[in-house]
Amino acid sequence: MTDAYIVGVDMIKFGRFPDKTVPQIGAQAALMALDDCGLTIQDMQALYCGNLGQASGMVGQRMLQEIGQTGMPVVNVSNACATGATAFREAWASVKAGLYDCVLAVGVEQMGKGLLGGAGAKVGIPKEGLLGSGTMPAVFAEAGMEHARKYGTTFEQFAKVSVKNHHHSTLNPKAMYQIETPLDEVMNAEMISYPNTKLMCSVNVDGSAAAVICSEKKARELGLMNRAIKVRASVLASDPWQERDLVMPDVNSCTRKAAAEAYEMAGVGPDDINLIELHDCFATAEILHYENLGICKDGEAGRLIDEGEVALGGRIPVNVSGGLLSKGHPLGATGIANIYEVSTHLRGEAGSRQVEGAKIGLTHVIGLGSACAIHVLEKAS
Amino acid sequence: MSDKPLAAVPYLKIPEGADPYLEGHKCGNCGATFLGERDVCSKCGARDQMSTVTLPNTGKLYSYSIVYRSFPGIEVPYISAIVDLDDGTAIKGNLINVEPDPENIAFDMPVEVVYDDALGRKDADGNAYLSYFFQPAASA
Repeated sequence: MTDAYIVGVDMIKFGRFPDKTVPQIGAQAALMALDDCGLTIQDMQALYCGNLGQASGMVGQRMLQEIGQTGMPVVNVSNACATGATAFREAWASVKAGLYDCVLAVGVEQMGKGLLGGAGAKVGIPKEGLLGSGTMPAVFAEAGMEHARKYGTTFEQFAKVSVKNHHHSTLNPKAMYQIETPLDEVMNAEMISYPNTKLMCSVNVDGSAAAVICSEKKARELGLMNRAIKVRASVLASDPWQERDLVMPDVNSCTRKAAAEAYEMAGVGPDDINLIELHDCFATAEILHYENLGICKDGEAGRLIDEGEVALGGRIPVNVSGGLLSKGHPLGATGIANIYEVSTHLRGEAGSRQVEGAKIGLTHVIGLGSACAIHVLEKAS
Repeated sequence: MSDKPLAAVPYLKIPEGADPYLEGHKCGNCGATFLGERDVCSKCGARDQMSTVTLPNTGKLYSYSIVYRSFPGIEVPYISAIVDLDDGTAIKGNLINVEPDPENIAFDMPVEVVYDDALGRKDADGNAYLSYFFQPAASA
């Protein structure tokens, strides 16, 4: 099978764009990714479009109605918070399979404000606040407290994740926020679901990101290898059976499964990874994924955040984009936005937040339900 | 409208003339227990091996969150709890009769299942509901 390369990739600055339609927001990133590699929509053989909020609304086709109706096949993808990464992976797979040699992947989302999850009842009575909470801050708080029970992880350690990621975002002009949030501010912010305060919850924003993926042969023909990013691994996993599945969505075992397969496919280990963009939908979640992705041993995640190993300048910087906590989390766009971030570092184009000498990076998203997507990326040689 | 309270969830059973209880479905092949009816085991894939079991009314607190922000009309704060019942079945619900403060909540604290009105919630037809809650075990 051919290798697949990202030749163009970009994202819009995340924000709130109530006056735009979802296809219009997606079209912006699509055009930016095309411009990044100097190709046109006519060069694309297929479109894989990820969006959650209008999953039945043919967003990909409507986006092409904005920027070029070539008649190419369009696949609309929905996979919770792994939606964008799943669209990217479908695009990658089509190139790996030899079906196409130049395709476009787009992730886009327009979000409202407020709590996600725990919707009202269709029959009977609402269960929220009666049988615990189905809101995302609570669900991920419970997952974090599972780590606390095992390893004594503290509220302060969870809060430090938010301090770090908000700090990182001050260096990222495409992040929703560029604001420092000191530890006391994070810990004293409005408590949403203990131990997640408001500043430990990801920001609901509108956004889009896109990538152009080519076969190696096509990328060479087009003369695009000098900034190309090799996709060394693309893995998607669903949640393997776990004993508390029915009451406690399990974000750990599907990440561990996907990570093991990704490292094997890429032929690298956690020690070879120079930077990671992982799914910090809540501060509690990021702590879990240090261990799930194998960048430390089980039980050491608290130490990692305490000692700054995961901060920019540390041993293995995590979420130097600002992460979902501060860059923002437009659900369907997130999985491609983190591929953009890692690619930008591998290209040495990340400006003041550049992870020096980055050669290999990893992206991770998880959609509750559950879907985990991991990509291992490397600068083309 | 029913003159008796309805069950808030299908796995809460309200037998005539006996105490309410929680019902699990246990796989005869691998032993996994589920809440709610099913024909196929999602752990091992066995078909037609499911039988009903009455779940114990005692267990231990596995994990929790204290919820301060919920949807409009939901009273906060409250403790959203994951409990491992004594037979190993995991179940989620509100932990009541404990001050919602981490100082007062210990992992593995023994809890018991109690049955009560579903916080006054009624459905569109005006039916009242019976639900289940966790509280610190009497012996604790």
